[in-house]
Amino acid sequence: MKLLTLNFLTCARKTCKSNAAAFPLHPKEAELEQVETDMNPLFIKNILPRLDWEAMKTLTTELGLPNLPAETPSDEELATDGEPSQTAKDLHTLLMETSIQSGKLVCGNCEHEYAVKEGIANFLLPSHMV
Amino acid sequence: MSRPEDNLPPDLFYNEKEARQYTTSSRIRNIQADMTHRALELLDLQEPSFILDIGCGSGLSGEILSGVEEDEGGPHTWVGMDISSSMLAQALERDVEGDMLLADIGQGVPFRAGSFDAAISISAIQWLCNAETSDVSPEGRLKRFFDGLYASLKRGGKAVCQFYPKNAQQRSLISNAAIKAGFGAGILEDDPETKSVKVYLVLSVGGGDVTGAVSGMENVDVMDARRKERKRGKEFEKKGSKAWIMRKKSQMEAKGKVVKTSSKYTGRRRKTAF
Ligand SMILES: C[S@@+](CC[C@H](N)C(=O)[O-])C[C@H]1O[C@@H](n2cnc3c(N)ncnc32)[C@H](O)[C@@H]1O
Ligand SMILES: [Zn+2]
Repeated sequence: MKLLTLNFLTCARKTCKSNAAAFPLHPKEAELEQVETDMNPLFIKNILPRLDWEAMKTLTTELGLPNLPAETPSDEELATDGEPSQTAKDLHTLLMETSIQSGKLVCGNCEHEYAVKEGIANFLLPSHMV
Repeated sequence: MSRPEDNLPPDLFYNEKEARQYTTSSRIRNIQADMTHRALELLDLQEPSFILDIGCGSGLSGEILSGVEEDEGGPHTWVGMDISSSMLAQALERDVEGDMLLADIGQGVPFRAGSFDAAISISAIQWLCNAETSDVSPEGRLKRFFDGLYASLKRGGKAVCQFYPKNAQQRSLISNAAIKAGFGAGILEDDPETKSVKVYLVLSVGGGDVTGAVSGMENVDVMDARRKERKRGKEFEKKGSKAWIMRKKSQMEAKGKVVKTSSKYTGRRRKTAF
């Protein structure tokens, strides 16, 4: 599961939907994987304003990744002389190439743990928890 | 012909064997690819987008999203949800580019509000009608799904769901659930009244006009009665007009009455532009 996806994923329980603590989910015992992919600068530009940067910082800290800048990079920082900037490349690496291969995702509100195996998180809830 | 939906829940039907056969059949791959292309055409995305693939299976639909060329507004990035671990295992084997969740869409859509530019679903949502246990009903699961989908899309976002309704009741059960969730909705039929008819539910979240997405197309039934009603007030809703009929129909259906299903002939026919 890419860090991109983790920046949008919330706890699936109804009782957690409107609770601020249910996002982001907290990685636990996470094994990370780095896979090179083609850069898609227009996608980065499109998704950037939708990222929750505070959540992004929480995730990177919890995963032991290098610190992020304090604020969301601006649109102008994505290109230098018409070429993708270092910032754009870093965002690509962070969002699109870094993923959780196995471990758990824990809800900060209800403490439910979602298992991740082979990069796929199990969000099936037993019916009493739906 | 018997429908798999009538006999088994989806996670049991799509077992290891079925998932492998489904994914390797060139006939199925072609059909799923064609329908995904059609859905993309209806979404009309202008830039590389973040897309939710509902019932993504082994990624036959998703890989089309990843494969859209730059000069056609792609490639897109997708996240898939599916209830069958065997289908997802096939997707892993084929090394698809999207992220996937093992999840039941009838339990909701676990993403924060406004996450996605768009959503597609190819041949999946009819499965939601087959829940019959003491604690879940098709209505309840459809509501969970469409409410969640609505919230997960950004304003102006669209969703296109190709599905195989069992019959007219099921078709309106599904589209009414979408309308109740707040979507502007239209239904498009390709090859109507043939054995290979394909039904597309085209949905938009406030701002994106569904009539724009499907106008000028043949066999389109625009059903965004609820939105029009709210915007213009009832006095502008002419008695006998499509909006009026649709509202009466949903009122009657809400009361549990069986109403004639809406067809392209309901109320009036849209002129085609070409
Ligand atoms: C015919 S396959 C289509 C897969 C893929 N969209 C394609 O075009 O090849 C239908 C898929 O819907 C999934 N499905 C059915 N009910 C579901 C549910 N409640 N939640 C998530 N996925 C579901 C099935 O597991 C199956 O993989
Ligand atoms: Zn929770």
